Amino acid sequence: MSILIYAESAEGKFKKVAFELASYAKKIAESMGTTVTAVTVNTSDVSELSNYGVDKVLKVSNDKLKSFTAKAYADVIKQAAEKEGSKVLVMSSTTDSLYVSPLVSIALNAGYAPNVVALPISTTPFQVKRTVFSNKAFNVTQIETEVKIIGLAKNSFGLVESSSTLTEEEFSPSLNDADFNVKVESVEKVSGKVTIADAEIVVSAGRGLKGPENWGMIEELASVLGAATACSKPVSDIGWRPHGEHVGQTGKPVAANLYIAIGISGAIQHIAGINSSKVKVVINTDADAPFFKVADYGIVGDAFEVVPALIEKLKAFKANNN
Amino acid sequence: MKILVCISHVPDTTSKINFINDDTEFDTNGVQYVINPNDEFGLTKAVILKEQQGASVTVVNVGGPDAEATLRKALAIGADEAIRINANATDGMFVAKQLAEVVKAGGYDLVIAGKESLDYNGGMVPGMLSALLGYNFVNSCVGLDITGSEAKIIREIDGGKETLSASLPLIVGGQKGLVEERELRIPNMRGIMMARSKVLTVLDPTSDSVATKALTFEKPAAKSAVKLVSADNLDELVSLLHNEAKVI
Repeated sequence: MSILIYAESAEGKFKKVAFELASYAKKIAESMGTTVTAVTVNTSDVSELSNYGVDKVLKVSNDKLKSFTAKAYADVIKQAAEKEGSKVLVMSSTTDSLYVSPLVSIALNAGYAPNVVALPISTTPFQVKRTVFSNKAFNVTQIETEVKIIGLAKNSFGLVESSSTLTEEEFSPSLNDADFNVKVESVEKVSGKVTIADAEIVVSAGRGLKGPENWGMIEELASVLGAATACSKPVSDIGWRPHGEHVGQTGKPVAANLYIAIGISGAIQHIAGINSSKVKVVINTDADAPFFKVADYGIVGDAFEVVPALIEKLKAFKANNN
Repeated sequence: MKILVCISHVPDTTSKINFINDDTEFDTNGVQYVINPNDEFGLTKAVILKEQQGASVTVVNVGGPDAEATLRKALAIGADEAIRINANATDGMFVAKQLAEVVKAGGYDLVIAGKESLDYNGGMVPGMLSALLGYNFVNSCVGLDITGSEAKIIREIDGGKETLSASLPLIVGGQKGLVEERELRIPNMRGIMMARSKVLTVLDPTSDSVATKALTFEKPAAKSAVKLVSADNLDELVSLLHNEAKVI
């Protein structure tokens, strides 16, 4: 009856979100008088999970699972949940988890509440608070089924260290050919750059930059901060920046610790997409730009002066603080 | 090829979000409803596939009578017929089960649903539909080519793209990139005229069991005003970000 989490890894190392899920699941487990089990795929060193309260790991090692294949991974998670008799599963909001959770939901006949921002309000009945209307509201959702799946919203629950004794168990769920009917032919990835999904800091710019040739300072600012670069919809539509950088309601969601918006006025759709970011800094020449209404900190000024100066200040800060 | 496009009827992105009836219901007063943006890309893709290869395009929505205006718009954009399941679409599993019946009855080769709708942000219907039917499924679909009964699908992943292959029948969870923004079809006069005589069938839901219930709503707490920092005093910004916000 343990709480089951799918602890995601990339290149054999756990993603930070795996520890967020563990921290969250541990709190639920404590309130329900049970333990936390993690299911992992092709991750040889799982010991770090014991820093976040995980009691047991079901370790799956299978070459066929080297590429993420949603149906196969759903089958793995489903069998892990059945083995554990889990009544609650906690999944993340990564691209792969959002792909797989609905499949697990049907396999287990488990109601699924995504974008959950806090621990359950109650467990009998099972109620959770999640975001709706593109981050403009919250809803208290009751999961009616015997088995429940919570999709934890990105960056909504911090890491909580809790020392536990971890039992590792090799787990070999039976997979069939049909699980692999969708085949990965090729992957095209920009390596070495932190992605918008993983970044703690995102530096974003828009039409105020006037042209693609001016993006050097944005990339430099991002580099100094170890941040990902992003852009508003208009500049992605006109090809100044790659589509993959478009953030907003119809682009990628951003739930970073820090979002810096430069030369972006703040259309509602853009703000909706980045609103889950904890701290928002807006740099814009227009004091009336709507973005200032939702910003935490703002500078009314010319980006072409402010950004280079900020880069120098941050370089000095990093030199003194690292 | 028979294509089914799943359409959600959602408040326009600029709508004010308010709740009534003790915060149990969304206030539709003054709200403009549109085709869910992620679904629009799928609808245009279906119409393009129809033009390129010959196909029939059916649009389906789970919703009340108000959704018919949105379905008529989809017909005006180029769908051939529409189906409305007369029920509220607040539970993803319920919606997926209703759509599964439509897919089975119609024998569709390709089902295009938006990856996520702007109102409930469930993001679960296309995946659930695939699991209920045992159909191949690719989410976050930003490219799709069909040759005979084989499909090449591009999926957006963190930091890049993945190319996948699968055979029909196939379900995709579409988003921007499935077609480009500038390729989006809009209804023209001829489309609107023709839409009037296209068939819109209303069906009853086959069950009423739901896996989740949306109880009460809440708006976020009002934000405190922005702290403005002078462009001449960037030291202060750095200090605030480090000491106050603790993000650097």
